Amino acid sequence: MKILVAVKRVIDYNVKVRVKADHSDVDLTNVKMAMNPFCEIAVEEAVRLKEKGIATEVVAVTIGPKAAQEQLRTALALGADRAVHVSTDERVESLAVAKLLKRVVDEEQPQLVILGKQAIDTDNNQTGQMLAALTGWGQGTYASKVDIQDGTVNVTREIDGGLQTVALKLPAVVTTDLRLNEPRYAKLPDIMKAKKKPLDTRTPEELGVAIASQVTQLQVETPAERKGGIKVGSVDELVDKLKNEAKVIS
Amino acid sequence: MSVLILADHHDGQLAGTTAHVVAAAQQIVKDSGGDIDLLVAGQEVQSVAEQAAKLDGVNRVRIVDHTVYAHQLAEPLADLLVRLADDYSHVLASSSTTGKNVLPRLAALKDVAAISDILDVVSADTFKRPIYAGNAIATVQSADPLKVLTVRSTAFDAAGETGSAAIEAVDATVDNSLSSFVDERLEQSERPELSAARVVISGGRGMGNGENFKLLDGIADKLGAAIGASRAAVDAGFVPNDMQVGQTGKIVAPELYIAVGISGAIQHLAGMKDSKVIVAINKDEEAPIFQIADYGLVGDLFQILPELERSL
Ligand SMILES: Cc1cc2nc3c(=O)[nH]c(=O)nc-3n(C[C@H](O)[C@H](O)[C@H](O)COP(=O)(O)OP(=O)(O)OC[C@H]3O[C@@H](n4cnc5c(N)ncnc54)[C@H](O)[C@@H]3O)c2cc1C
Ligand SMILES: Nc1ncnc2c1ncn2[C@@H]1O[C@H](COP(=O)(O)O)[C@@H](O)[C@H]1O
Repeated sequence: MKILVAVKRVIDYNVKVRVKADHSDVDLTNVKMAMNPFCEIAVEEAVRLKEKGIATEVVAVTIGPKAAQEQLRTALALGADRAVHVSTDERVESLAVAKLLKRVVDEEQPQLVILGKQAIDTDNNQTGQMLAALTGWGQGTYASKVDIQDGTVNVTREIDGGLQTVALKLPAVVTTDLRLNEPRYAKLPDIMKAKKKPLDTRTPEELGVAIASQVTQLQVETPAERKGGIKVGSVDELVDKLKNEAKVIS
Repeated sequence: MSVLILADHHDGQLAGTTAHVVAAAQQIVKDSGGDIDLLVAGQEVQSVAEQAAKLDGVNRVRIVDHTVYAHQLAEPLADLLVRLADDYSHVLASSSTTGKNVLPRLAALKDVAAISDILDVVSADTFKRPIYAGNAIATVQSADPLKVLTVRSTAFDAAGETGSAAIEAVDATVDNSLSSFVDERLEQSERPELSAARVVISGGRGMGNGENFKLLDGIADKLGAAIGASRAAVDAGFVPNDMQVGQTGKIVAPELYIAVGISGAIQHLAGMKDSKVIVAINKDEEAPIFQIADYGLVGDLFQILPELERSL
């Protein structure tokens, strides 16, 4: 079976972002970018399913500017077979991403689509659920285990109180949580090989999707900064401060 | 303007977060005076509906009792909400794993955006929400006819419980051939729920192993605290996943947060930096957690924790 994996180019997770002086957005000039960590986990899972002989082909897809091809090349180096780049310089919100992915799904007819649970830039946690709605498929979000057997995928999900396992009829959508797997690092020979793997470029216009959103970002602010407090010298001093200064314990 | 809230519940108990979502809804209808309805969907949920009916500001509790909703699966709940949504301008849920699972599916079925994790209601169509692990706060405005929002419950005070809304049954069953429930392993704990606790004490990789988390128990008992953890502690298998605090775990904002053996990565801070008072216990005086802690104590947690338990 074919697996489609959606990967997003985002700010590197180690970088602390800054808000632009005019409050229009965050400042991403000269900031280190990388594949969204949850998408790395999605690619890893798809590649493992291929290594196990369950998947026959892994196709990576991204929606974004030209530079996002770097993340597709990373996915190819990690083991994806082909890549599709939906090229746009516009800001694309989750609903439009889901619509574009739906068109790619229509063309590629995968049995499984794996996405990250959340992009660490917008922190939306929406796209997989939206794609599942648009395709009319079941959704296994926040997956920490994926088990495929005859037309069904069992997904163990990290939920608030613990773990829940659901069975989904294939085709289906899965979104990854942190503990699904530990992504490998791309090896140099694989990075070289990835340069020759096929990468198709499409546009939202070709796919017939209008990407304008009804949601406008009016402004972006820096949250109230917490000031560091003091160091205390002992447990007794700590307990005294908590009781008599902060008054949070009695 | 009228708001439908998908209530969170478990084992016949209404989740505490729902009262906070009602508070957010009250701000949305503040100017228009519109209605707030609560939807309780599940199996044998009459007692949940009765608890929900007490929440101040709620006009009606709509109850749907059917096995198809028993495990809060996204596919049937989203279909149910699609059937009800046309009577409302807003559909809200808490940013729980159920809310975040169901509402985006509803939004896409209605061809509208979803807005995740709102922290503030500026007006009925304008909201604030955290982005980039809470390192920036975006103000967003929606022109969609239906606003679909998940609510960060720690950002809103809970609505009171002096009300007596009407409870009305809704007859709406939907088919679900897409997904089915297999099993659930829920962690049992006598302690308060993490996202609602007044005091939270969390352990990180510095705890060394799962057994050592017992060092937090006595302190948590004395303070009535919930116990949390960093991702590193969860990944290492010290404690279960539902204890993770952070950007991709639970968001907490207690009166007192005590971080023990946690370095203070931005992803962890994203989940706890709105706590009123933060205490950090760490042997590395350069640990970033000290930059945001009100009270820092540098030292070995294995010495400090027993001493702290004794002096409380
Ligand atoms: C996509 C993504 C999402 C993430 N989401 C989250 C999240 O939701 N929540 C989260 O917490 N992390 C998250 N992380 C991980 C985060 O980046 C850090 O790796 C993690 O928070 C580190 O956990 P830690 O502080 O326990 O471990 P470490 O960074 O290893 O820190 C351990 C600390 O313990 C101290 N210590 C050790 N021994 C002792 C001792 N005997 N006494 C006192 N102190 C001691 C050390 O000095 C050190 O400061 C995420 C990462 C990614 C990439
Ligand atoms: N522009 C994009 N291109 C490809 N995949 C995306 C894009 N945006 C979001 N996704 C996918 O959807 C997941 C969740 O993103 P979000 O819903 O935006 O938090 C990501 O981890 C990706 O797998």
